[in-house]
Amino acid sequence: MSTIAFPGAPAISRPFVDRVHEWLTTVDHKRLGILYIGFALTFLIIGGIEATIMRAQLVVPHNDLVSPQVFNRMFTMHGTTMIFFVAMPIVFGFANYLLPLMIGARDMAFPRLNAFSFWLTAFGGLLLYFSLLGASGLYGAGNAPDVGWFAYAPLTSQTFSRGHSTDFWTLSLLVSGIGSIGTAINILTTILCLRCPGMTLGKMPLFAWLILVMSVLVLLAVGPLTAAQIMLTIDRYLGGHFFDTQAGGSAVLWMHFFWIFGHPEVYVLVIPAFAIVSEIIPVFSRKAIFGYPFMVAATIAIGFLAVAVWAHHMFTVGLSSNANTFFVMATMAIGVPTGIKIFNWLATLWGGKILFKTPMLFCLAFLFQFLIAGLTGIMLSAAPFDWQLGNSYFVVAHFHYVIVGGILFAVFAGFYYWFPKMSGRMISETVGRLHFVLFLIGFHMTFDFMHVPGLLGMPRRIYTYEPGRGWDIWNLIVTTGVAFQAAAILVFVSGLVWAYFRGKPAGNDPWDAWTLEWATSSPPTPYNFAAIPVVRSRRPLWDLKHPEDPDWKYDQ
Amino acid sequence: MSLIRVASLVLVGLCSVVTTASAQPTPSLLSPTNIFAPVSTPAQTIHGLSLFVLGVTAVIFLVVFSLLVYAIVRYRNRTDDNAEPPQVYGSSQVELAWTVIPVLVVVALFMASARVIATIQKTARPANAIDVVAIGHQFWWEYRYPGLKVVTANELHVPVSDPANPTPTFITLLSADMDHSFWVPRLAGKTDLIPNRKNETWIDPHETGLFLGQCAQYCGTQHAKMLLRVYVQPRAEFDQWIQEQQQLADTNEAVSEGRHIFESTACINCHTVAGTPANGTFGPDLTHLMSRDTIAAGVAENTPANLRQWILNPDAIKPGARMPAMGLGQHEVEAVAAYLETLR
Repeated sequence: MSTIAFPGAPAISRPFVDRVHEWLTTVDHKRLGILYIGFALTFLIIGGIEATIMRAQLVVPHNDLVSPQVFNRMFTMHGTTMIFFVAMPIVFGFANYLLPLMIGARDMAFPRLNAFSFWLTAFGGLLLYFSLLGASGLYGAGNAPDVGWFAYAPLTSQTFSRGHSTDFWTLSLLVSGIGSIGTAINILTTILCLRCPGMTLGKMPLFAWLILVMSVLVLLAVGPLTAAQIMLTIDRYLGGHFFDTQAGGSAVLWMHFFWIFGHPEVYVLVIPAFAIVSEIIPVFSRKAIFGYPFMVAATIAIGFLAVAVWAHHMFTVGLSSNANTFFVMATMAIGVPTGIKIFNWLATLWGGKILFKTPMLFCLAFLFQFLIAGLTGIMLSAAPFDWQLGNSYFVVAHFHYVIVGGILFAVFAGFYYWFPKMSGRMISETVGRLHFVLFLIGFHMTFDFMHVPGLLGMPRRIYTYEPGRGWDIWNLIVTTGVAFQAAAILVFVSGLVWAYFRGKPAGNDPWDAWTLEWATSSPPTPYNFAAIPVVRSRRPLWDLKHPEDPDWKYDQ
Repeated sequence: MSLIRVASLVLVGLCSVVTTASAQPTPSLLSPTNIFAPVSTPAQTIHGLSLFVLGVTAVIFLVVFSLLVYAIVRYRNRTDDNAEPPQVYGSSQVELAWTVIPVLVVVALFMASARVIATIQKTARPANAIDVVAIGHQFWWEYRYPGLKVVTANELHVPVSDPANPTPTFITLLSADMDHSFWVPRLAGKTDLIPNRKNETWIDPHETGLFLGQCAQYCGTQHAKMLLRVYVQPRAEFDQWIQEQQQLADTNEAVSEGRHIFESTACINCHTVAGTPANGTFGPDLTHLMSRDTIAAGVAENTPANLRQWILNPDAIKPGARMPAMGLGQHEVEAVAAYLETLR
């Protein structure tokens, strides 16, 4: 159907409609990866606008810029969008694009399932936003969902949530969840079955190992969420009473279901961030990753622990002291493998020759910010401390430190690092540095100072607050930071567009890197490699570049 | 690298904000809801633990932060040659060290937390404790004193507790509709009120005064305006308050018009005025409305103007509140307000 483009051959110009058709019907992992990323970036902008509306409302006490109803819809849509339609697709996008290239395969194991999964996710996102038009329903009540992104029962019951806004929320997560499961199966199969000759599991790039663990977590976590959405729909339309407290159902049951999904989900997002950082730090330190087997073991340990800590989101719901104590232990235990990771990245830097290119700047900021996010996580894991901090702005600051300071910084690093491979062109270092500085300032203004009102008793999800609580100045600073973040995103997007059309040609291997994706052309041909490579170590390109000192002599 | 320096300055700034917040000598000045200004045993116990956790995490932060900064500065590329640095693949001894040390830290933090959990959750209820049942509603608080036959709303009164001879208040937490959370930071950590479930919390304030808080679990449109007010009073004053609240409502012939309107419209479907036919339970008990400082769950001061505005159109004060505008005329509002103002 599509013609194979040979490297160096003159690009054949085709009609626009044909090119759109190719993108819509593609089963190529690289194109699907780019579709995932483009989809996620679009929703990142939308979710960012929602956050900006909330911050504008909270800039002063008793503000009435938006009504409480609108504010409640904003935080519901912001949370749902950012988790399900920004973070997950962007992670899947990078995994899709990079995995086959990194393990020397020609595509994912199930290309059609891959396309199906992407379009389900995309459909889910559109369904969520269609609620703005379609959710009025019989009662004329509500438009976008306003139940919060974890949608605690019984707020979602027919009694309290009339119209169809909650149904759009439920169904969009149900649909995109099926897409996530499809992608997870695809990734697992690809890693287990399509590695190139010589690439044993122990010789895979760390990226592949981490994405493997992520996929297992997706399979474990999304099932309960899907089940919960089906139960909720049964409650709403078929007279079920799973979560209907008026008829003997249990609100706490919903919390268990949601957080059995919700906590592993955090690791579904953060493990790929670890994966990106674990690829970039070695290249710009000019050293092999320190303690590869320990990094793998730590990731697997995180994976196991991640499914045993969900009730730390529920320390305030009145669990027994025994249950609270168990979940304190399990949660704190995650600090150990996470610490091992930070120390191994530190040891990779140690003794290297650190090059401060844009991808590395984002990775270094990631290290500091993830350290702080981990430490505030330790504070929250001490259940009694959580009785004060839980559901306050301290928690909001903590998880934004993880998701923005950790995951988004890593994703930006990944953009600057792999964009030359995806497009064949470099993003200018000036744009990169400007983006980095602006975003760093904006991030710290917003999320450092957001901890403080939490310590001073400000709960989350309030559309306005009382003057005289000592929260005003902190909220003002937090909102000001948003302007810097928005400017940074503007620089980033325009930098991407500029680079795509006018960037300097990248060549195959602009960073002098070591994994297989840099062995093929930029952008890679549809079949990735002219001949399937054969590898002998974790850094096949190092072996090629340093025949006198190859890795395979040392790999454990 | 100047960028790195900027980053480190910002991060040090964050650390100092968090730690100075805890080290403030008079932190209550920062906010009436500061978690670092506890005046009741559960909040004080948590405060002790939080200082320990903050101390441990601050040390970890300083150590790792310094190592990172040192590595980044020390090992930055300073040459133009293309020589690669020596390749080091790992070290099991080092890995063992940075596994064992964090394990020990985690064990210490866990033991400290477990102890505080047991202290707070397993405290036995002494015989002289005050019992209160708090019921969360969209979007207000109902308080019942079962032994004392008192029902009130939004303003909880409890006696001060002398540490030498404690008279704690044990609060049973229920909900009529939604998940809510009872959080008065200076008195105790938060505990949720969940429909179809019974939770419990307790406080023993050591100081008299008014302590503020608000609902900490999203419960619908007006979650933000479900404010908590706890009045801690000397024992004698508290006993007197109880005695007043036990009385039936005043009957005053001068306001019979307003009373008639109140009793012949939907008001009585939701509100109780003890000693009259009004016995609804969906909204706040109004028997002693005028003994309260605020209306609408702490949102507005209980002034004549606010009361009239509220009766006329609750949405003007609290959009999304469950009380509907009753469609009363100006004269009827005035009459009803005059009646309510006799409910002392």
